[in-house]
Amino acid sequence: RSRIHKFLLCASGDLVKVFSTSTEEWVHVLQGHTNVVTGITLNPANQLQVYSSSADGTVRLWDFTDGILIKTFVIGYPIATLLVSNKHEGILFLVVPAKDNSNSECLQLVAAHVPKTLEQEVEVRELSSVLPNISPNPRAVGFGREGEYIASAEGLKLIVYFFRDQKPYRSVPLISSKGAKNTFTCVSCHPKDDCVATGHEDGKIRLWRNFNQKKEYTYTTLHWHHSVVNTLCFTPEGTTLLSGGIESVLVQWQYDRNSKYILPRLGGSITHISVSADGSLFTTSHSDNKITVIQSNLKVSAVIQGLVKGEAVHTDLVIDPRSKALVLNGKPGHLQFYSLQRDKQLYNLDIVQQEYIYQEGLDQYEVVKAAFDAHGSCLATVEERGKKLSDTEITLKFWDYNETAQSFVLNTTVMTPHDNRITSMCFFPTAETTMVVTTARDGCFKAWLLGQESDTENGPSWSCDFVGRYHDLQPTNCCFSADGSLLAVSFQEVITIWNPETWELLTTLCQPPGNIKDLCFGRLSCSRYLLATTTKNMLCCWNLLTCSLEWSTSIAVTLLKADPLSENMAVFTLQKEQTDLFVFKPCEPRPLFTQNALCVGEVQRAIFVPREEPLDNCDESSLWLNRSQLYFTINPVCHLLPTQAVIDDSVAVTPFYLLLGKHRQREQEMCGLPVTEQQGRLLHTAAHVLPPASFLCNMFVKSLLISQTGVKVETEPSEQQAESEKEEEESEEEMDSCDAQQDRRVQGLGVETVPLISKAQERELKKVRRTDYSWLSCLSDS
Amino acid sequence: MTAFKPTRVPVIPQLGEKVTEDALYWRSYKSPVQIKEFGAVTKIHFSPLSPHNYAVTASTRVQIFGPNSHEPLRSFSRFKGSAYSGSFRADGRLLVAGSDEGLVRLFDVGGRVALRQFTGHSKSVRVTSFLSDGFRIVSGSDDLSSRVWDVSTAQEVAALGEHSDYIRALATSSRNPDVFITGSYDHTLRVWDARLERCVMKMEHGQPVEGVLLYPSEGLLVSTGGQHVKVWDLLKGGQQLVSLKNHHKTVTCVCLSTHSNRLLTGSLDRHVKVYSSSYKVVHTFDYEASVLSLAVAPDDGIVAVGMTNGVLSLRHRKPSEEQEVDGRKRRGPSYRMFVKGRNYTPKQDDFVVRKSLKHHLKKHDRLLKSFKVSEALDSALEVGPAVCVAVLIELERRGTLRNAVAGREEESITPLLNFLLRFITDPRFSRILLSVAHVVVDVYQQVVSQSPVMERLLQRLLECLGREIDYQQELLQVLGILDTLFASATPAAGVTTLQTCEIALNVSHFCTRIQIKSTTTPRLRTWRV
Repeated sequence: RSRIHKFLLCASGDLVKVFSTSTEEWVHVLQGHTNVVTGITLNPANQLQVYSSSADGTVRLWDFTDGILIKTFVIGYPIATLLVSNKHEGILFLVVPAKDNSNSECLQLVAAHVPKTLEQEVEVRELSSVLPNISPNPRAVGFGREGEYIASAEGLKLIVYFFRDQKPYRSVPLISSKGAKNTFTCVSCHPKDDCVATGHEDGKIRLWRNFNQKKEYTYTTLHWHHSVVNTLCFTPEGTTLLSGGIESVLVQWQYDRNSKYILPRLGGSITHISVSADGSLFTTSHSDNKITVIQSNLKVSAVIQGLVKGEAVHTDLVIDPRSKALVLNGKPGHLQFYSLQRDKQLYNLDIVQQEYIYQEGLDQYEVVKAAFDAHGSCLATVEERGKKLSDTEITLKFWDYNETAQSFVLNTTVMTPHDNRITSMCFFPTAETTMVVTTARDGCFKAWLLGQESDTENGPSWSCDFVGRYHDLQPTNCCFSADGSLLAVSFQEVITIWNPETWELLTTLCQPPGNIKDLCFGRLSCSRYLLATTTKNMLCCWNLLTCSLEWSTSIAVTLLKADPLSENMAVFTLQKEQTDLFVFKPCEPRPLFTQNALCVGEVQRAIFVPREEPLDNCDESSLWLNRSQLYFTINPVCHLLPTQAVIDDSVAVTPFYLLLGKHRQREQEMCGLPVTEQQGRLLHTAAHVLPPASFLCNMFVKSLLISQTGVKVETEPSEQQAESEKEEEESEEEMDSCDAQQDRRVQGLGVETVPLISKAQERELKKVRRTDYSWLSCLSDS
Repeated sequence: MTAFKPTRVPVIPQLGEKVTEDALYWRSYKSPVQIKEFGAVTKIHFSPLSPHNYAVTASTRVQIFGPNSHEPLRSFSRFKGSAYSGSFRADGRLLVAGSDEGLVRLFDVGGRVALRQFTGHSKSVRVTSFLSDGFRIVSGSDDLSSRVWDVSTAQEVAALGEHSDYIRALATSSRNPDVFITGSYDHTLRVWDARLERCVMKMEHGQPVEGVLLYPSEGLLVSTGGQHVKVWDLLKGGQQLVSLKNHHKTVTCVCLSTHSNRLLTGSLDRHVKVYSSSYKVVHTFDYEASVLSLAVAPDDGIVAVGMTNGVLSLRHRKPSEEQEVDGRKRRGPSYRMFVKGRNYTPKQDDFVVRKSLKHHLKKHDRLLKSFKVSEALDSALEVGPAVCVAVLIELERRGTLRNAVAGREEESITPLLNFLLRFITDPRFSRILLSVAHVVVDVYQQVVSQSPVMERLLQRLLECLGREIDYQQELLQVLGILDTLFASATPAAGVTTLQTCEIALNVSHFCTRIQIKSTTTPRLRTWRV
């Protein structure tokens, strides 16, 4: 990321975004790279132009004020870092994989001479190696004295390379006798002095001097950070040094004097710092997908915030009925309200209300459940702390919407509502009664009711109304019927139906073997049906009027979701690590829509998001989407890990980072497979001549499954065809909201970019591609 | 960038009764001053005029006390038998009293000899009062009649005799000089009009009436008798509003406080109860003997109670805190200093820049903000249990509990240990305090023997926990017994059901308490091991 006064450039996925520093709005997007942008830096010859490098093996030169692509330099290797300098005009310094071995771990720094041609697309062949063994971390390389030397740190070694005498000087590996972790993490060189600042894993910053004499270098140590220093940056004048780490504190060190200023509580941990050319503005980027603009007197002047990437989505995806925003975990201890229509974070709600301590290994409170009532005027949240059962602390909180504050205000806090973890929570679906039901592993479910009369001066508060148990079994799920007349609570294998008014156990339903995993009432015309999925791969549907099993089928369901506006149900199934999607109505055995091989990996969360206005013109296959859209997130545990490493090795690859950071949300609007003839015949036969649905459905779904595996090869071309067509539509739709900042929506590639790559390659790329928003390269040279 | 979030101090569930504003008000009386009289104190009446002297009728004399002196200012003792019902006129200058001999006497507060003597009653006159015009006196007697007397001529104006038993209660209307109410042992209350000379309204109390009180609004009438206190609505023709049975012996006296018109009743069961406007008991005063008479000074400064053992008990109100502060307040900067520039009203084109609000943190929060954990704990220990527990929880959450506890000298660990000793058995705090105790023992295990003070405190802590465990075991045994009782009682239907319900009601409260306690048991056990 680099900047001049007015604009701030930020690499985000395969885009480079230009933000205004004063209004926090993004001005435009530089679009064109086909893979992750790994480095951006201003052209030292022309301050209105910017170079960007990408893992797709190209360097592009842009005019960022107008957002025009000027030149493309094809390098041919995935580029990890890009550096340019005043002194070396026409040379790009790139960090690319070493030529001799394909091992991505081994990188080298090369100088690329840019040929002066007028063509739009230039292939660069002259690559001369400068330094081998470069760290994949883009922050571990830096120019000193405006390009006289280059410093690089890797592991325990610091290498300084002087261009004048073409000789590298190496420092002796720093090995502390106490066994401290003093691996280098980042490097920054003083712009005027012969001084290199390095950050270490143990939180120390060392300033190295006199390194141009052999073995006589000296260093001084600055220590404030208690854990790893992520990034360092000198101001252009060299008077101050800025450092940031996971404590989320920006430390400003005076270069000559021994004083420092700190700016605490900036948000997530600081991953990058960069300074404007005149040194008047600093920007920090944070791991929670945020950019902060700070004036040189350490006053925060602007914050650019995207969808906060939490550690994991513990709360299910929830829609706030009032703002129609998607609600999920945000910053630690917060819920974020994210508008899908505008693709913008609305606000963060502080649930835990405690000072967050940035320290590794600390047991933090996490928001694990959230639920809204029908009108969005009440919110219930559950937060949890403690990994072991013996010291688990659970807090249940009830929030009221405050019209004047336009936010939720805490009403009641219940400490330890249950003795064990809460497994599910749901609100009464209609507005007449304000009631919440929680189920927990301590074997009981509790109903919480908002008090009628205000016995305290603070208005009515919540209290426990009923505690229910069933044979000492553990309740797993709870669900209200659409009109609120029935409450279904599943206790392992058994579903119990209760009357929420009298708390009378009406009936029990059971379909062994297997515990109930998901529970869901039908809506509208199908409200007499209750659907459940079990751990033994069964999907069952009960008719509540007769209290008998209507139909059941054996299918490996991972997730069952009901559309709140229609009768439709969506079912995600996992088969051979491929997720399939079925959409159906509980009352008819024929699925409305099927989509095989929707994505790789298990779908973690899904939600139907109501559209603001229903679509009227759409073909039959996507009719089920005209009232609401289906969003889902997957957890690509085993699949993205290897590919990840290949593509972008300049990122500090931690499993956590990969595992949890990827919220893949995409709009699903693809056509299903053509129904095979046999099935078609079955479906077009009049209903009264068919055997009972319970019998048929099983068979029917089975036939679907067979077709998926057997017919797959032949149907692939057509599927691709359909896909690409659809994608075009999709991308058009998304033009207005295409800020794919973090959810890395898979966009239609073929439209704006080169249509040279074959469909197969495109598919490959799609799989491989993911955005790395925290990765930001920075350099500001005047 | 966000501000530092201060430690959240949870609202601790209050065990026992709720502290209301009323309870606080009535609690703020000093402990009683007792004055011994010669016989049972039958009547106390405060002068309506400041400095609110009061007349105490006991045995054969009526004495006037000043609000602050405990010696009588004046004493009227020319009664042959017992004196009754010494009460002031509205201007506080005349005093009337009845007596056993059937006479009603009128005194000048400044003089000593009776000014007037009204003869006519044949039996003892138990109740006397001035009518609100101040020129007439009404009296009620054991001869079943009540009479109205003219002060200036000492003549009887009217004799009203519709009661069929002794008249023992009397209240006069302050708005209408002709209306008064009598209560009698014939279980009735009668409202009289002196002009008509007959009863205009009659109410059945149900028990012999001991006291009558008319609210200042004159719409409500309170009568006491037996164990009941009844409130009547006069404007609805004497309809009963509520019947209260909070005393378990005869309610002898009733009065009103000035502070939001709270009703006070005194009874032979040695209690004085204060009722809220919705007639719930908000406070109870306990006395050592049966209460016969009760009065509250017009400014609520004194609650005076007369008892059967001849003791007059006076509770003075504590001077309110604010007055005390005002008296001691230093002269600060002038008013102008604080409003400097604030009273400037912005003109039309002015751009108003608000001064940013400064949030002041508590001391422990300031220290926590700068990670001075040990000092934060010290400062929290000085504040109160709720804050201290909140800080301990916060330290535990930050993982710095051990740091905060460790490295202390004998005198700085003592407050912490005292705190633990005091609150570790409290079920609201025991969860965190037990883990703190663990940490303390872990940290100081090696050096305990060097400090006799700490050794003693830890010994006491151990004893305290041992007692708690024994106590809880007993409670669990009781719970077990109750369970078996319930189990055996459940199938039996019919007659036993009602009884069971009653037991269940009584026990349920008890059980919840046991359950609260029992949650801490397993942890306690591990600690002891």
